[in-house]
Amino acid sequence: MLNRLKRILLELAKIHRFVMRFYRELFRAPLEWKEIIRQCYEIGWKSLPLISLTGFVTGWVFTNQSRPSLSEFGATSWLPMLISIAIVRALAPLVTALIAAGKVGSQIGAELSSMKVTEQIDAMEVSGTNPFKFLVVSRVLATTITIPILSFYTALVGLMGAFLSVYINEDTGFIIYFEQIFEAISFLDIFSLVLKAVVFGFTIGVVGCYQGFHSPNGTEGVGKAANWSVVMSMFLIFIEELLIVQILNGIRNW
Amino acid sequence: MKNSKPQIDYQQPVIELRGIVKSFGDLHVLRGIDLDLYKGENLVVLGRSGTGKSVLIKIISGLLTADEGSVEVLERNVPQLKEKELQQLRMQIGFSFQNSALYDSMTIKENLEFPLVRNKRNLSRKEIDGAVDEVLEAVGLSHTIEQMPSQLSGGQKKRIGIARTLILKPEIMLYDEPTAGLDPITCIEINSLINEVQEKYKTSSIIITHDLACAKSVGDRIVMLLDGKFEYQGSFEEIFGTNDERVKPFYDYNFIT
Repeated sequence: MLNRLKRILLELAKIHRFVMRFYRELFRAPLEWKEIIRQCYEIGWKSLPLISLTGFVTGWVFTNQSRPSLSEFGATSWLPMLISIAIVRALAPLVTALIAAGKVGSQIGAELSSMKVTEQIDAMEVSGTNPFKFLVVSRVLATTITIPILSFYTALVGLMGAFLSVYINEDTGFIIYFEQIFEAISFLDIFSLVLKAVVFGFTIGVVGCYQGFHSPNGTEGVGKAANWSVVMSMFLIFIEELLIVQILNGIRNW
Repeated sequence: MKNSKPQIDYQQPVIELRGIVKSFGDLHVLRGIDLDLYKGENLVVLGRSGTGKSVLIKIISGLLTADEGSVEVLERNVPQLKEKELQQLRMQIGFSFQNSALYDSMTIKENLEFPLVRNKRNLSRKEIDGAVDEVLEAVGLSHTIEQMPSQLSGGQKKRIGIARTLILKPEIMLYDEPTAGLDPITCIEINSLINEVQEKYKTSSIIITHDLACAKSVGDRIVMLLDGKFEYQGSFEEIFGTNDERVKPFYDYNFIT
């Protein structure tokens, strides 16, 4: 029991050092801009088809699931408001982050881990390049930048999915639908989306890179790094969601 | 490449190791290593697998830290160097990895220009392309410039790995098992390349191997790592003139006596 606790504390200390190193390297010029842009393309652009499908289905299904409850009170006209708040405040960043944790987090973990196994990280280091800056800083920055952008995109696609359902069932027009949505959404809701997406993006990047950099050697290590990147990212995303919602509700009620 | 073998300067060591000790947990790998590599010399380190040969060159390049002892490379004390100073020193040390360690998401051209672009940021595109062409020509693989590492054979990967280190024109080369896993003909080609690099770039090299044909072909001096220490050193004939039962099987196996 004591040994287990010691191992957990040592692991936490290692993670703390890793994150601190990220901040140190982040503010030390020059940044690897070309690699950051490449990673943004890999993480952002290549995730678009999956995000589009998931976002659209989420909006559509959520609307269909919410309709019966509201129709009991004859309040289906509130659907656009309810949906917009749910999508912007919670669903868009959460769905985007969970999809990215599975797709991007595992990719980062496996890629860095296999680079470690095949000594590519050592090769960078001995050729006078800082591998942490090139590999970790660029990837964490890329996830932190692209997940918020993807979250906005998910929100838009989700609202379109919801619109389709509302249009078919309630015969609500496009302009009226979006007028109701913009009436319902406050600045704090947009802030909530951005804050969550930035925190989730940073988490996915850090966890993926940490697992890749510290994976055990061998091909088994590559699999473990990919697996743990997803598991840890998702676990942390839910914990962060819980904390951020509490903080934002506190601000809202203040 | 038509160049003459550089004169070995025995007054000028480029690497000086004293009392190097390294353990991994209970496994004592190096137990007091003293070593000098002289300017212009090709030094071969022979030894069984798992005896710490690769650990030794990783300590020299600063990838690993010794538990005890001093490491001086080009008159600089490696463990005491700051990050920036170590980075500067590493530009003068070429490290050829056992598995080539080519960046598999990049083309051969991108692999080769990677160290150059990051360390010499004032170079023009024309100068970078010129340097890439030069090292590719030096290893005889100009036609592979746009290929991916996965498209190359084991021997070609080794050559590109060496070319990538040469692009920074290092003074010291560290080769980790340069002929491991290659067929005999390719081994001969790699051995010739190591000699050509020594002649053209005037490098001083440490070659880690357990391939005696390689050791005989490229080594100006050979040291034998046994039980964590250098037990024998000298020419090929001097090393294998011994009756030591720990040394003889190497010769018997490699030359099928």
